Amino acid sequence: MSAIKPVADWTTGTEAISYQACSSCQSPQYFRRAFCAACGAPDPVDRIASGQGTVYAASLVLRAATAEGFRMMAHGAHDLVIGDQVRARYARFTGRLVPYFERTSS
Amino acid sequence: MSYITGVGLTAFGRHDGSSTLDLMSTAAEAALADAGLARRDIDGFLCGYSTTMPHIMLATVFAEHFGITPSYAHAIQVGGATGMAMAMLAHTLVDAGVAKHILVVGGENRLSGQSRDASIQALAQVGHPTYEVPLGPTIPAYYGLVASRYMHEYGVTEEDLAEFAVLMRAHAITHPGAQFHDAITVADVMASKPIAKPLKLLDCCPVSDGGAAFVVSREPTGEIGIRVRGAAQAHTHQHVTAAPALAKLGAEIAIARAKHASGIAISDVRYAAVYDSFTITLAMLLEDLGLAGRGQAAAQVRAGHFGQHGAMPLNTHGGLLSYGHCGVGGAMAHLVETHLQMTGRAENRQVRDASVALLHGDGGVLSSHVSMFLERVR
Repeated sequence: MSAIKPVADWTTGTEAISYQACSSCQSPQYFRRAFCAACGAPDPVDRIASGQGTVYAASLVLRAATAEGFRMMAHGAHDLVIGDQVRARYARFTGRLVPYFERTSS
Repeated sequence: MSYITGVGLTAFGRHDGSSTLDLMSTAAEAALADAGLARRDIDGFLCGYSTTMPHIMLATVFAEHFGITPSYAHAIQVGGATGMAMAMLAHTLVDAGVAKHILVVGGENRLSGQSRDASIQALAQVGHPTYEVPLGPTIPAYYGLVASRYMHEYGVTEEDLAEFAVLMRAHAITHPGAQFHDAITVADVMASKPIAKPLKLLDCCPVSDGGAAFVVSREPTGEIGIRVRGAAQAHTHQHVTAAPALAKLGAEIAIARAKHASGIAISDVRYAAVYDSFTITLAMLLEDLGLAGRGQAAAQVRAGHFGQHGAMPLNTHGGLLSYGHCGVGGAMAHLVETHLQMTGRAENRQVRDASVALLHGDGGVLSSHVSMFLERVR
């Protein structure tokens, strides 16, 4: 299997959240791979997420269901609660760019 | 068929100056003596890992150190589920005729062998290196997320979770080897330092030094046989970001498979040994395993159901939450305590009937699960 090319998103220092969509079964996946983990088809397509989502769980970090239907872990405002509609901005954490979600409505 | 023929356990807490190999050796020596076996009888050996002594061949390092020359030996790594996974593997190997007496050992100077920060840092690496670890989470943060969602879906409160910490402490007070012997109340848990909302300090297990061991044999070596009736696993994900919905977690899958493999029903079970890295872990697992109704586990703790004299005594040594957690040996202590209860040797902690036991281990963030049923036979 060939090495997967890096994508411009927060994990590589760009203000964006990327995900992949399978061109065969349409499943979205957040962790980048050279194949679809749901059906095994090669070369899922890179997409940039809208940055909008719903809070799924909240602790010192938060895990959200995004508008595109994948779940991710990120930083967020201290007052977020489960079910909040949120939008991503970006912040610096230990010198690195990380997504930071704030409420757009509840 | 296989039998747990001997068990050994050190006190958990601080063992200044003891290495991983020292703690493993102490527990192994005790398990051999308990089984009435000598080093030369051991033809199989399994161990876990140690964060203070990383090694690519820990099993043979230990075998050489301890003085055994098994015909089958290696280490395995399944996080917190390692102890139960080793028990299942030993059972499978003995059942297949690969070995007659398999020594299983876990131990680590996790508390005194490294700084607290180093320990927290090492454990947090179970997170995804690209998508989670850069956010700076800790193990309690991963479980804090799980807790927030579980509480949201099933109406469980922080006071409910606190009940499990209080119960485990009450049990630990009756065991001289436990790390903690001071009684705590729900109010104490609620007032303890926030760690990863909604989890507070007393919702979390400690870091400990300690060791545990047991022997799995083809035939009983004493009058009472503790037989492995069946075991099963489930592995649904590694990282919490990729965890399935709460209703599809691995404990329910593993227990269904273990019931099928053993022919034992939850209604047959008289004693429970369930992984309890955090209060939320214990609450969720009890409900996932069918030992309590959904959202009902805390109410059953309050009613005394899981106490020494209750209908389903649970982790009577104090569990990870209060006996302590030294890594691989941590959950093996649950099996050691189960064996003592089943053989009527639990002294002041003895329960009325432990003839059939259910054990369950969990590794990662509810990632890997192992369920096992044990039965006492004469």
